[in-house]
Amino acid sequence: MSTPDASVEARTPRFAARARWRAVGRFISGYGIVLSLIIMVVFLSFASESFLSVINLMNILRQVSINGIMAMGMTFVILTAGIDLSIGSTLAIAGVVTGGLVVGDHPQSPVLATLAGVLIGVLFGSINGALIARCRVPPFVATLGMMSMARGATLLYSGGRPTPELSANFLFLGQGFLLGIPFPVIVFAAVFLFSWIVLRFTVYGRWVYAVGGNPRSAKTSGVNTNAVVFSVYVVMGALAGLAGPILAARTTTALPQAGLGYELDAIAAVVIGGTSLTGGVGSVANTLIGTLIIGVMNNGLDLMGVSSYYQQIVKGAIIVLAVLIDQSRQKNP
Amino acid sequence: MPIGLSGKALGFTVAGEADIESDRLGAVGAASDILLSAAGVAKSYSGVPALFDGRIKLRRGSVHALCGGNGAGKSTFLNILVGLQQADAGTVLCKGRAVHYASPAEAFADGVAIITQELSPVLDMTVAENVHLGREPRRASWFVDRQRMISATRSLFERLRMDVDPKARMRSLSVGQIQLVEIAKAIDREGEILIMDEPTSAIGERETDILFEAIRSLQKHGVGIIYVSHRIGDIFSIADSYTVFRDGRFVETGAVANIDRPRLISLIVGRSLSDHEKRPVTPRGEVMLAAKGFCRGHAFRDINIDVARGEIVGLYGLLGSGRSEFVNALYGSEPKDSGEVFVEGRRVDIRTPADALRCGMAIVTEDRKETGLVLTSSVRTNISIATIRRFSRFGAIDGRREVAAVDRQIAHFAIKASSREVPVMRLSGGNQQKVVFARCVETAPRILICDEPTRGIDEGAKRDVYAFLASFAAAGNAVLLISSEVMEILANADRIIVFRRGRIAGEVRASTATQQALVHLAG
Repeated sequence: MSTPDASVEARTPRFAARARWRAVGRFISGYGIVLSLIIMVVFLSFASESFLSVINLMNILRQVSINGIMAMGMTFVILTAGIDLSIGSTLAIAGVVTGGLVVGDHPQSPVLATLAGVLIGVLFGSINGALIARCRVPPFVATLGMMSMARGATLLYSGGRPTPELSANFLFLGQGFLLGIPFPVIVFAAVFLFSWIVLRFTVYGRWVYAVGGNPRSAKTSGVNTNAVVFSVYVVMGALAGLAGPILAARTTTALPQAGLGYELDAIAAVVIGGTSLTGGVGSVANTLIGTLIIGVMNNGLDLMGVSSYYQQIVKGAIIVLAVLIDQSRQKNP
Repeated sequence: MPIGLSGKALGFTVAGEADIESDRLGAVGAASDILLSAAGVAKSYSGVPALFDGRIKLRRGSVHALCGGNGAGKSTFLNILVGLQQADAGTVLCKGRAVHYASPAEAFADGVAIITQELSPVLDMTVAENVHLGREPRRASWFVDRQRMISATRSLFERLRMDVDPKARMRSLSVGQIQLVEIAKAIDREGEILIMDEPTSAIGERETDILFEAIRSLQKHGVGIIYVSHRIGDIFSIADSYTVFRDGRFVETGAVANIDRPRLISLIVGRSLSDHEKRPVTPRGEVMLAAKGFCRGHAFRDINIDVARGEIVGLYGLLGSGRSEFVNALYGSEPKDSGEVFVEGRRVDIRTPADALRCGMAIVTEDRKETGLVLTSSVRTNISIATIRRFSRFGAIDGRREVAAVDRQIAHFAIKASSREVPVMRLSGGNQQKVVFARCVETAPRILICDEPTRGIDEGAKRDVYAFLASFAAAGNAVLLISSEVMEILANADRIIVFRRGRIAGEVRASTATQQALVHLAG
């Protein structure tokens, strides 16, 4: 049912009251996610002495940065009504390849090695994108297959063994500080800023939203929808390829088993942020909040001494709740 | 001619309140033949009346054609009869008993079944499984008796003289065959009252013959059928009585034997257009757009059309006549087997909508929600999406220039929205359609294709659309206007090309054409 313009509604008090409630509802569904984060932070500051300290807050940011980087890419994918399940495996192979380049007596430059990891991610993302945009394989299936293939490739490449003793200057990527801020957090911030600008201020960003909102309309308007769909998986792959070396540097070892289940955490952050799985609605700012909510929740439950088993239950409940809110919003826009 | 109808019943009658009253009192004789009767049925949608006075009297063993143009209120009336919607006023009697169906299931339990225009087959199941969906024959009360299901389907098809394999997958059938299977499915449920809404719109001649054969066999078994069709030819070959609605009101009922084609058409179209309502005749300029030899399978064939500078060419045809398929192929959003396009005499290659846009074409698609708009995005995004590159440098959007252009279009089309940032799904239908027009105009087209541009929008918005089309053409551009509303196309086009079953059935000048001529050519 379409809503008549506001001036008509305002004529009678009953309509005006209803319009006001609807505005309140819209505000809550628009900013509810920010409110929940604020409520959590306020609650935890009282519940735990150590929560609101610079060290702890930095700690939270460092913990979420890997998931945050991947969730930014996942936002691109989900905005086009797609999904990418392969990113945990992509992260692992990028980490292992990068790790292999920075060990031994003549380690490569950390920058070049990391770039190699990103390129590996781009390669795997391109295969996903081609399968989905060109061959019309459903995203769930294509990336499910890639999840297994990339993991297998990782194990083959590494022989199933971890790559320890990565070069000291490479470890800066995961453990270093710049102006007192952990380096992964700086990378995360840069990725967020870049994604935000791209989606909000560029032609490409408009296309991503349009393709997710209504591909047929986008096509009628002259948008090359196949190219846009292809590109979001490349972006996703590149970011997973960036996250791999960071994780390896943080844990000082490149593990072929790294990143198991990370795709689900990234999807969770996007969904909790309120980006619609049906495409076209959402933003990376929402995803940032979603990422922080997961991080703050895990940290808070840790500080309060709650078992990590409970943390999983709470996280699951939040995901379902977020989708329920999204559903009711779609019913009464 | 059905058996068991008195001469009086076949004669020309206008259903009156008195007749209905006597049915309710359980009158004997001819009245017991009446399966379904309705009178004074009215319905409004959020204050906008769609039906004022719907009436029908369906007799046992009769095929009753319900006729009327778009907006006559037929669909609303049928929806009420089968319980999809509830009437605001009026009475419906089923076999003499007053009924108010709350759902199609209730109507179905009473023996009232409908075959709608939009079918919902399960494509990956077999034909037999589709026919028996929800009432599969069982063995040992838990298992599906597949053999019985197939043999029952086979005998049903034999009875209806249909040549379809019960074991075939639905997906492997043609659209016409699917339609027949769906009809067979409804027939198999042994309703006494069968409502068919445009059953021949998507099927070919051969399937139509099979369908008519099936209808006649049902008739012999005493089933009453309400048959809705825009094809005048169909009505004269299958129906025995007719009822005409116009502008939401009952107009006339009677026996098909007592009416001829021209009179039925004039009942359906009502008043004729006066000359001052039509577009003034203007001399034809040089050709702007020419489409030559467009073909695609059975959808359309040998289509040759040209549109001159300043001209509005109307494309008229029934649903499934190929007009929308043709323009979508012209614009590059659907494929074509062959066909050349010339813009201002120069041959252009159009394979995608992006190519068409580059050639100065723009399209207002048939269904603004399905293909026209990104409903979840803002008015601003929707208006600027096709031209966003113009407002950008190295891929970065210059928001100020974009907003200025968007605001200009919002003012130009008088789009009512609380802000340019609201999602278009919150706008009314008329304003949504204006957003589609604004986007097209923003691309500065020289050729505008409008497919049913006024469907589902209010009168005021319609007038705005017509005024825009006239001024757009007057500025030296070309317009292709597709409409299934005869009045609309006569009032707004210079020339009208009529499509029938994928071919051009004829061409008329709007200044001299009559509504009867158009309906006649199309059906």
